[in-house]
Amino acid sequence: MNSIDEVDIEAELTSQIISVAATGGEIEIIGGGSKRFYGQSLEALPVDVSGHSGIIDYDPAELVITLRAGCKLSEVEALLAEHRQMFGFEPPCYGRDATIGGMVASGLAGPRRAFAGGIRDFVLGVKILDGHGEINQFGGRVIKNVAGFDVSRLMVGSLGTLGVILEVSIRVIPSYETELTLAFEHDSADKHIRWINELGSEPWPISASLWVAGRSLLRLSGSVQGVQYAAQQLGGETAEPCWDELKEQALDFFDDAQPLTRISLPPATTDQLDDIPQLIEWGGAQRWLCAEVDIPALRSMAEGVGGSVCAFRRHAADVAVFHPLPPAMLKLQRSIKSSFDPAGIFNPGRIYPGL
Amino acid sequence: MSQTRREKLAAKFREFLAPENVVDQPTSLNTYESDGLSAYRQQPLLVLLPENIEQVQQVMRVCQEQRLPVVSRGAGTSLSGGALPHAEGVVLSLAKMNRILEVDQLSRLAVVEPGVRNLAISEAVKSLGLYYAPDPSSQIACTIGGNVAENAGGVHCLKYGLTLHNILALKLVSSEGEIFEIDQRSLQSDGYDLLPLLVGSEGMLGIVVEVTVKLLPIPRCARVVMGVFDSVEKAGDSVAAIIAEGIIPAGIEMMDNPAIRAAEDFVHADYPVEAEAILICELDGTEEEVLSQIELVEKLLKNGGATETRLARDEAERLLFWSGRKAAFPAVGRISPDYYCIDGTIPRKALSAVLSGVRALSEEYGLSVANVFHAGDGNLHPLILYDANNEGELEKTEELGSKILQLCIHHGGTITGEHGVGVEKLGEMCVQFSETEREQFHAIRECFDPSKLLNPGKAIPTLARCAEFNAMHVHEGKLPFPELDRF
Repeated sequence: MNSIDEVDIEAELTSQIISVAATGGEIEIIGGGSKRFYGQSLEALPVDVSGHSGIIDYDPAELVITLRAGCKLSEVEALLAEHRQMFGFEPPCYGRDATIGGMVASGLAGPRRAFAGGIRDFVLGVKILDGHGEINQFGGRVIKNVAGFDVSRLMVGSLGTLGVILEVSIRVIPSYETELTLAFEHDSADKHIRWINELGSEPWPISASLWVAGRSLLRLSGSVQGVQYAAQQLGGETAEPCWDELKEQALDFFDDAQPLTRISLPPATTDQLDDIPQLIEWGGAQRWLCAEVDIPALRSMAEGVGGSVCAFRRHAADVAVFHPLPPAMLKLQRSIKSSFDPAGIFNPGRIYPGL
Repeated sequence: MSQTRREKLAAKFREFLAPENVVDQPTSLNTYESDGLSAYRQQPLLVLLPENIEQVQQVMRVCQEQRLPVVSRGAGTSLSGGALPHAEGVVLSLAKMNRILEVDQLSRLAVVEPGVRNLAISEAVKSLGLYYAPDPSSQIACTIGGNVAENAGGVHCLKYGLTLHNILALKLVSSEGEIFEIDQRSLQSDGYDLLPLLVGSEGMLGIVVEVTVKLLPIPRCARVVMGVFDSVEKAGDSVAAIIAEGIIPAGIEMMDNPAIRAAEDFVHADYPVEAEAILICELDGTEEEVLSQIELVEKLLKNGGATETRLARDEAERLLFWSGRKAAFPAVGRISPDYYCIDGTIPRKALSAVLSGVRALSEEYGLSVANVFHAGDGNLHPLILYDANNEGELEKTEELGSKILQLCIHHGGTITGEHGVGVEKLGEMCVQFSETEREQFHAIRECFDPSKLLNPGKAIPTLARCAEFNAMHVHEGKLPFPELDRF
C-alpha cells in the first residue's frame, strides 16, 4: 500500500477554467512550485493544481503507472522503489513539493537522460484540461500506440502553456541490480568529450557521466556481472557517487550567488568553450556555466553547431530565458498553442511571447 | 480524370523533373495503386519521383497552386493503406532519394535521405560495430521515411524503443514548399517538442526529406530461449513474471497453436505443433549479463508451467528459433488464400480475456484466426484467414477485424500499435477518441498544413465519417461497449 492521497478535484478545476475563460482572464498553473523559476516570469492568477492527487493504476508487471498530476514526485518514486522500479529519466525534484505534473510540464531530466531517454520517451498518455474547458485524453496506457497524433508527448516541456495536465501514464523501468561510480583524470573539457563519446561505440552499461574541474566520473548500472566486467575493462578509480547531488544541482559547482546557464550541444562538439569553467553531463550534450556570461555570444556559438542556450536560473529579468526560434517556427508553435488555448489563458508568455 | 488535365499537369512537372520521374501512363500508374493493404486500390493522377529536396519543394509549390492532394510514399509496405493514392492527387514517391549522406562514428548517428531502406542503414554501419535498432518485419524493403511517417516498431521495441526513440533530427518540406527542421542532437528542443507529433503523423504534417538516426553499438552477445506451454494463459503469466523480475528482454514473442502449426509447416523450425503457445525470449548485452539472465529466464519459464524449455545452443539454432516467428505471416498466407493482419495493443494482463474474446468472435464469424503477439509490449497481431473470392468474405473479415480492435479498446488498449490508422482504421478512431479529441487532431493538422493537401482522408476521421460509423455500429442507441474506459 502507498500513502499517496486520493483526491479528485477535476470538476473544480474545470469550472474554474471555464469561468476564467469566460472573463478573459489568465492563470499561472502551480503544482509544488519547485520549478516555478524555469521560464519567463509572468503575472497571472495562480491556480494550485497540486491537490489533484492519487494513483489511478499501477501494476508493476505492466511497467506502466497512471497517476493524477498533483502526486508528489518523491512519494511516487518511493512507491516505485518498493517494487524495484523507477523513472528511467531520473527527474530532478528541486524541492520537496515537486509534483508529477510539474515534472512532465518542465520536461527536465537528470543524469540518466543521455543513456536511457528523456521524459518524452517514457510518457504514454495524458488527460488534459484545455482552454475550451474540455477534458481530452491522448495516447493511452500501453507501450506501443500509434493511434492519432502523439499529443501526450507534446505536453512534455510545454510548461503548462497548452493546458492543465490532469493525469499522465508513464512507462517505468526496473531498478538496476547494482551501480558503481568510476573516476578518471581529464585535464580539459575536450579530452573528456572525446573520451566519453569514444566509449559510446561499445555497449558498456553506462548510465551517467560528469566532468568538472579536471575529473570525469562515470556511473555503471546493470547486473553485478555486467558492471564488474565493465569496471575491469574500463579502469579508473572507484569513487563516491554524487549523482543525486548532480541531479538536484547541489554540487559545489552550482553557486547560488551566480547566474546559471545551460548549454545544449551535439554531444561530440569540441573546440568550443574548452577553456571556460563548466560542468558537463549527458555524454557532452548538456553543459552548465555558473558565472556572469554573455548570452547573445553563447547563443551565436551554439547556433553554429546545432545547439541552444537557456538562461536557466538567476539571470536578469529582461534576458530571454529560452533560445529564440526562427520566425517561421515561432509562428508554427504559436498556432499550436492557439489550437489548445485560443484565448491564451494558460501561463501566458512562459516560453516565448505568445507561447 | 480527364486525360488532358493529366497531360497538362505532367508537362508542368516535367519542367523541373526528369521526364521518366513523372509517371503518367495508366499501366505504370497501376504499380502505385495500393500499398501493403491491397484490398484498397486507387489509381492516382500522377506519380512524381523527385531526386532532391529542391525538387520536392517545387512539387509542393505546384501542388499548392493547383490544389492537388499529395500522398507521400516510401516502399509502399504500409499495412493500413497510409499510402493509398488520391484519385485527384499525386503520389510523391521518395524512392529516388535513397543516399546515406553522412555517417558520424564518434557521434553515433547517420544522416540519410528518406528513401533509404531500414536494413540498408544497419548494413552500411555494420563494419563500425553499430546498427539502427528499430526492425519492422518489412525492414528489408521499407524505407526510413515511411518508418518516420508510421512510427514503425518491430520485435525489439520493448528494449530499444520505436522509431521516435531512435531519431535525432528531421528535415521536412511543408505543404507550402518551405523547409523546416527539428534538431535534437543536443537532446534538447526549443519551445514545443514537435518530434513526437511529426513521427507517426502518416504524411499529414509534412514531407520528410532528411532523417538523422541514432546508431547503437551492436550487442556483444544474444541468446534465445523457447518456452512451450499447454495454455496461452500460462505463457502470458510467464511474460509478466520475467518482467517483474526486472529483466527487459531484447525481444519476447508469443505464438498460439494455429500460428505455430502454420510456421512449422512452412520453415520446419522443429516447433512443438501440439503446444497451445510458445514464447521465444531473446536477451542481449554483454556476455556476462546475458548468461546470468538467461538461466533465470529459463527457471521462470519452468516455474510458470512450461512443459519444456529449449535454449538455443548456437547462433544457427538462435536463428532457427526466430525463423518460424519471422515467417509467421507468409506461413499463414500458405494455408489460406488470403489473410488480414490486425494490430491492436492491450495491457498484457488482459491477454487471456482478449484471446478468449477473439476466439468467440472467430467462431461467431466462422473465420479462423491465428495469433502472433509482441508479448513484451502488448502488441497483438491476430491474422484472420479468409478467401477474397468468396462473395462477401472480405467485408465479413473487416467487420471481424473491427470487432477485435474494439475489444482491444474495451480492455484499455489501442487500435494500432505499429501499423498506423491509414484508411483502414478510421472508423475505430471514432470509438477510441471523442469528438473534441478528434477536433484537436484536425486543429493540429491545420497548423502544419492549412491547405489540407497532405494525405487527405487518412488517419483522422471527419465528423461525417464518425457519424456514419456510429450509425452502423450503434444498436438501440448504444455503442458496442457502453462502459468503455477510453484511456
